[in-house]
Amino acid sequence: MRLAYAIPLAIFLFILGLGGYMLSQPKDDAVPSAMISKPLPEFELPPATEGFAGASREDFVGGEPKLLNIWASWCLPCIAEAPQLEALKEEGVEIIGIAIRDKPEDVAQFLERHGNPYTRIGADEISSLMIEIGASGVPETYVIDGAGNIRYQHIGDIREEHIPLLLAKLGEAR
Amino acid sequence: MIAEIGLASLWLAAALAVLQMLSGALALRASNGERSSLAVYARPAAVVQAGLATLAFLMLLYAFAITDLSIKLVASHSHSLKPFLYKLTGTWGNHEGSMLLWVAVLALSGGLLAAAEKRLPERTMHATLAVQGFVALGFYAFLLLSSNPFERLPVPAAEGVGLNPLLQDIGLALHPPTLYIGYVGLSVAFSLAMGALITRQVTPEFARVMRPWVLGAWVFLTLGITAGSYWAYYELGWGGWWFWDPVENASLMPWLAATALLHSVSVLAARDALRTWTIMLGVLAFSMSMLGTFLVRSGVLTSVHAFAVDPERGTFILILLALYIGGALTIFAFRASSVAEGKRFAATSREGALVFNNVMLSAILAIVLLGTLYPLLTEAFDVRVSVGPPYFNPVGAIFAIPMFLVMAVGPLLRWKSDKPDRIKQELAIIGAILVSITVLVAVLGTYGLLPVLGLALAAALAVAAFLPLRGRKLSRVPTAVWGMVLAHFGVAVALFGMASESAFTQEKLAAMSAGDSTSVGEWSITLDSVDPVAGPNWTALEARVSASRGGEPMRLSPQARNFWAPSQATSEAALLTRWDGQLYAVIGDTAGETADGTQRWQIRVWWKPFVTFIWYGGLLIGLGGVLAIIGRVRSDMRRRIATRLGDARRAELEQLEAAKTAENA
Repeated sequence: MRLAYAIPLAIFLFILGLGGYMLSQPKDDAVPSAMISKPLPEFELPPATEGFAGASREDFVGGEPKLLNIWASWCLPCIAEAPQLEALKEEGVEIIGIAIRDKPEDVAQFLERHGNPYTRIGADEISSLMIEIGASGVPETYVIDGAGNIRYQHIGDIREEHIPLLLAKLGEAR
Repeated sequence: MIAEIGLASLWLAAALAVLQMLSGALALRASNGERSSLAVYARPAAVVQAGLATLAFLMLLYAFAITDLSIKLVASHSHSLKPFLYKLTGTWGNHEGSMLLWVAVLALSGGLLAAAEKRLPERTMHATLAVQGFVALGFYAFLLLSSNPFERLPVPAAEGVGLNPLLQDIGLALHPPTLYIGYVGLSVAFSLAMGALITRQVTPEFARVMRPWVLGAWVFLTLGITAGSYWAYYELGWGGWWFWDPVENASLMPWLAATALLHSVSVLAARDALRTWTIMLGVLAFSMSMLGTFLVRSGVLTSVHAFAVDPERGTFILILLALYIGGALTIFAFRASSVAEGKRFAATSREGALVFNNVMLSAILAIVLLGTLYPLLTEAFDVRVSVGPPYFNPVGAIFAIPMFLVMAVGPLLRWKSDKPDRIKQELAIIGAILVSITVLVAVLGTYGLLPVLGLALAAALAVAAFLPLRGRKLSRVPTAVWGMVLAHFGVAVALFGMASESAFTQEKLAAMSAGDSTSVGEWSITLDSVDPVAGPNWTALEARVSASRGGEPMRLSPQARNFWAPSQATSEAALLTRWDGQLYAVIGDTAGETADGTQRWQIRVWWKPFVTFIWYGGLLIGLGGVLAIIGRVRSDMRRRIATRLGDARRAELEQLEAAKTAENA
């Protein structure tokens, strides 16, 4: 047996091991934003529906840290997320919503059905803030400190178990 | 009933695969001269299995044709409102169906091999059939245990979910089955290589048996990749024709290995050289197609083409990979040194050139493999990278350029040993074209190094492809040689298309409202209107764009489509094909409004000179392969008929002799 003839086998075993190892690792497809720990970009969005104020960067500056929640009435995980946002609101957290590519009547209907955790809702009709803030999808939630810096990004819907983590992040940002 | 018939025939086919494997293996164990009583079952088992697996596939096809919503697979991938053609193509537009198609083709080719191939020694044939049964068994197990296509729903669905709209396209009707046939052809080559290695019968005769399978697989892979590239080009709407995406690489790697195998099997058949190398490539080609399947289906890599991802299936494929390829490479490691060395040859000879290009092809394969696996490797250390054209293009070119040069010269050389002096006229022609085109293009404009070299090499290769015909009587040139000439010319044509596209493409992105004009290259483009239109299962915004370069304006209608089952948006590019290139238009999002309130749209237009040559080249390469198969099979037939006639005559003579001796006595 010549050693050279075993080289293909050795290379193959390495690839096999790599494949097996990667397969056993949990797959994380989320793309973290490059904007974390940077100032929130300038923006000014009109109200998403009647009876609300729109949202701008200035609304985050000064006072307690706030949550910026990217959502939409057409987004199913946002329905699952609604009770958690409600719970955060009850903890005294101010949540400012950004409705992505939405219609005023749909936004109103969603709030009526699933409750309203927001103090303000801006309408982002062409996902412009989403792109600037580095969001990869809907829903996403950002912790913004009083100086207007992005401190933490939560990708996907907020589950019950995430609430303590978000509260801790809000505390750190104080 | 339909689903149950399909499932039952699949189980029966799996049982027959066990029989085929066992009887093939037992026949091998019986010592020479002795015959195992089980050996007789190997061939019939393969043939009947082919019928059963085909039946199973036809049953699934029928279930999709009538949209039988009680079958889970149909309900989750089809829809009653879908056009009939796409109901049929939906059969293999999903994981389970495509694996069933793969298995059916595998069984069919196994049956064909068992029924038609009589040239190999019986022992080698039994070893081959045993390996083939073992491979088939793994895929039956995969289908039946982890991805049963015939699973029923407890309650039939009211309506199907639909097929991914990106896949509702005629290109997709043909692209995956073509690739699968190619992959499966390589699995037969793998079984043959293992059979020959196990019985130590790596002979020119074995190479002649293997060659049509390799050629056939290679033709299908070539056409499949060509079709896939064109599909990505017009369906994804990015204006590119190759993205070095993992899924594309997964189809390119087996092709590179098959191309190398195809040439080395020819050397083995003609000159009895490169024995172990051919076996190695046989294993490599099939392992690349399996590795490709693993990368694509397991979801370990992220890709724009990944349509059926599931880590559990990944585990299954990885186990199959470990069994087949690990097993094959282990046998290779222990057995290869006992395969006698083939005939020797000089460096400047046809074999020498073929070996050089074999090594270059393998190097390119290694580069593509490394680039594809690298993100996986770094991710193991929690670093995310993506490897793209800036790596693949220049690094691939390092090996591709010498390969193209040797490819121009190789077919002019003689077998065994040759002197460069003999072909100096041809060398001068090739060299002159290379230098003059490089200088000409470099003087005319500023282009990248690779496109300029590509254009020069394409011109030189196009001429060099026909040089082997020089001084020969054209009517007497064998069909297989015509095949080679055509395929090499096809490479030149495709290379020209690629280089031209990358050197001369012009692009324009404009925000336009109805009535606005812009220009790209020689073309002036006017947006006439944007209107809503509706199709059978989609609605769309359609831009009416007129384009002209001097003459009558032509109409292009790119669409932004919204499908409703499942709901998804796609971009339908509009193409205007001229002999010297393609105009490619896409409509994007709204771009706000102008001051007076008219709606504006993003319109993106490319002018791509000679881009179509890429796919014409692919078709020519495939056609060359078809000619080579026809030529080889015909000469094999002729040889077989000649031996049979010879045998008959000899028998007759012997009879006469016998009669004479009887008379004399």
